[in-house]
Amino acid sequence: MKKLIYISLLLFFAKDVFATIIHVGKEQNIKTIRQALLLAADGDTVLVGSGQYHEQNILINKSIALIGINHPILDGDNKYEIISIKANAVTVEGFKLINSGVSSIEDFAGIKVYNGKDIVIRNNILENTFFGIYIQYGINCLIENNNLTAYSKIEQESGNGIHCWKSDSLRILGNNIIGHRDGIYFEFVKNSIIWRNVSEHNLRYGLHFMFSNDDAYICNVFRDNGAGVAVMFSKGLKMIRNYFEENWGDGAYGLLLKEISDGYIENNVFDRNTAGIFMEGASRIHMEKNQFIDNGWAMQIQASCMEVTVHNNNFKGNTFDVGTNGNLVLNDFNNNYWDKYEGYDINKDKLGDVPYRPVSMYAMIIERNPPAMILFRSLMASLLDKTEKVLPSLTPENLKDNHPLMKPLAL
Amino acid sequence: MIIASNVSKKFGKLKVLDNITVNCTKGECIALIGPNGCGKTTFIKSILGMVVCDSGFITFNGKNIKHDWKYREKIGYMPQIGRYPDNMTIGQVLNMMKDIRGKKNFILDEELINKFGLDEMLGKRMRTLSGGTRQKVSAALAFLFNPDVLILDEPTAGLDPVASEILKEKINTEKNKGKLILITSHILSELDDLVTQVIYMQEGKLWFHKSISDLKEDTGEEKLSRAIAKVMTQ
Amino acid sequence: MKKIIKYVIIDILRNKIVLAYTAFLLLISISIFNLEDNSAKGLLSLLNIILIIVPLVSLLFPAIYVYNSSEFLELLVSQPLKRKTIWLSLFWGLAVSMSCAFFVGAGIPILLFQATATGFMMLGAGLILSVIFVALAMLAAVIARDKAKGIGVVILLWLYFSVIFDGLILFILFQFADYPLEKMMVAATAFNPIDLSRILILLKMDVAALMGYTGAIFKDFFGTQMGLIISFLVLVIWMIIPTWLSLRKFKHKDL
Repeated sequence: MKKLIYISLLLFFAKDVFATIIHVGKEQNIKTIRQALLLAADGDTVLVGSGQYHEQNILINKSIALIGINHPILDGDNKYEIISIKANAVTVEGFKLINSGVSSIEDFAGIKVYNGKDIVIRNNILENTFFGIYIQYGINCLIENNNLTAYSKIEQESGNGIHCWKSDSLRILGNNIIGHRDGIYFEFVKNSIIWRNVSEHNLRYGLHFMFSNDDAYICNVFRDNGAGVAVMFSKGLKMIRNYFEENWGDGAYGLLLKEISDGYIENNVFDRNTAGIFMEGASRIHMEKNQFIDNGWAMQIQASCMEVTVHNNNFKGNTFDVGTNGNLVLNDFNNNYWDKYEGYDINKDKLGDVPYRPVSMYAMIIERNPPAMILFRSLMASLLDKTEKVLPSLTPENLKDNHPLMKPLAL
Repeated sequence: MIIASNVSKKFGKLKVLDNITVNCTKGECIALIGPNGCGKTTFIKSILGMVVCDSGFITFNGKNIKHDWKYREKIGYMPQIGRYPDNMTIGQVLNMMKDIRGKKNFILDEELINKFGLDEMLGKRMRTLSGGTRQKVSAALAFLFNPDVLILDEPTAGLDPVASEILKEKINTEKNKGKLILITSHILSELDDLVTQVIYMQEGKLWFHKSISDLKEDTGEEKLSRAIAKVMTQ
Repeated sequence: MKKIIKYVIIDILRNKIVLAYTAFLLLISISIFNLEDNSAKGLLSLLNIILIIVPLVSLLFPAIYVYNSSEFLELLVSQPLKRKTIWLSLFWGLAVSMSCAFFVGAGIPILLFQATATGFMMLGAGLILSVIFVALAMLAAVIARDKAKGIGVVILLWLYFSVIFDGLILFILFQFADYPLEKMMVAATAFNPIDLSRILILLKMDVAALMGYTGAIFKDFFGTQMGLIISFLVLVIWMIIPTWLSLRKFKHKDL
């Protein structure tokens, strides 16, 4: 008797275990995704065969998996939002989404999540979408291995690649994002991780944080974006092992920190940026083991920054190591390697015996009078720099590395 | 052959050539004589086009030399002080001159090169040569291209007596070939047997231009030096 | 003309000063590239050599050479040669020799160790600066009759182009800081070949910084193809004008 009860119970739940698979395609009975979605129940899988589908807006309001085989093309005909998700536990995988609508009133996206939990968006290709993947009120969502390409020309008429708003516990992993306004945009997003993404050639920022606390971004590449990466008005961020490369231009930074506190910046590479890091109103930031290579300014610290600690970093081949706009410095530099250091190490403890001053006289002059850049590296400018070393007058007295490393750190 | 008419030249305020008019013809050997700073060298230089005169003109074979440079083909010039680029060898200097003039256009007269023994030291750098040897090079260069006119500025100064004799002999043979020879020198006795005419200059002015026989006749002196001395004291 | 150039070059290339200059450049550039583990720092030292040493030597040596050759020049003038030919031969001889010295001393190490855009730009700038300062030196030598005076003039010229000019520019920049001076600054660089060459090298060497907020001046002008061509033309004018002036002076000079 007991056995019978077990079996009947098993059968009762089997409805969920043996969920239906619905096939969509040219050769199938069901020709459109919309039709399949009407038939599907929670827990079902809709498998879409290859081909081109013009289905206007596809609304998913059931907890189903929508899976494309060989990247079927969903075309928004430049009018519609392609997929809208209004349910929990939805998976969208393996599609090529092209030509979403563009609007200045509504934020049309390739895939938009309106309030959902446990949503997975994986292995999709998005081309020419206004916003790429748009998450609002998302919790515990996974956005993985998507390729997003847009061809934006003007900032006002373009959307972000992966746009997240008021969300929690997101995982953004391994996506490639090209040519949007911001590659990845976070506003009011908490406890989330951004890992191994490549964000390049975007009009504004490769990554943009606003009011987002306790997130981490790790092992990402941000290359040649209009203004680099901006992290603003946020707390408790961890920035580890990222590459910030080739962010060139007036007001372009590898990393812009504005009104940030309790940040942790470790093991990143800042390579060929106009300014590696630009800090304004940043406090309690710890920087360690980063490499600053061939930047215009490795670091620009405005006088509004406090308790920034810069320890054990490598500074190589930068035009200017540190720039600043004031004389008051409440930050701490120590044990960094500076290739411009000309001191000596008599006691052989691998630390220089005289402090290094990373702010050069001419950097201060240019700060006050930008056109003076035209004389940079002239004999005149070198003479001024040398004089300043003997008799400091313009450069901040206490901005110095008291124990610079003699050899670069192996990073 | 060379006619200077009313040639004047000032260096700053100093008048170095003052209204000089001279006519030199073929077959003459003219001594240009005068105290130091009288304008001899400047006059020679203006014939060679090194100094451009302020007024008056100089013609060579009837052509004004002012805008001409080709006439110098017909002139061999031996400067007072011969200095050559330090690191060139004698051979290179000779070759350069031959290159400049174009070897084919001339029958080279290498008599002096041989007699001075320069052909044995062609590889020597100019920097290592004594003043006398350099003078020999200058002399050899002046005669090398068989020019119609020879202008020699203090030719025997710095030469040893043997070389000096060789040079004088050479000058004599060239004179006999009917060439015009202009020599400046202050060692008058040396010129005695060479010179046919004398130009005497002082303070930039031409005092006289006479044939040697006239001069001797006028002064009643046999020696050129004494004749000149007599003129000067007059 | 070729004939005389050949002999002038033969003479100069065996000159002790030129040999010493070449050896000095060679020593410095090889030690820079070998001793510095950081090639950017090496390039920076090399930049200083190109901007300071090359103009100085290219001014001093040719000026002294011209004075020392005065008797030789006389001899050449007494030959059936145009004065123009003589002077230009001397110019080319000196220019080629100084460029050769630079090429052997600094160019070859650059090509071996730093065959980058920055390296090529430095090489080009060094060669062009050599020629420009030879031309200026010859102008000074033909104007000042006296050797001591001529060398004085040449040293003043060097001081002017490497320090005084820039000092004036800096002074103007701070005196008139409230005015938009960027365009004027670009124009001002045309009056100093050292500055112009320096900026062309900076454009390769400090790209990142030049793209910054001072970018407007640099990128908009020097960064473009047109800017590069114009800069190059200006440098060529810097070679031609002093040469032309000195030639005009030499044609009527009493030797």
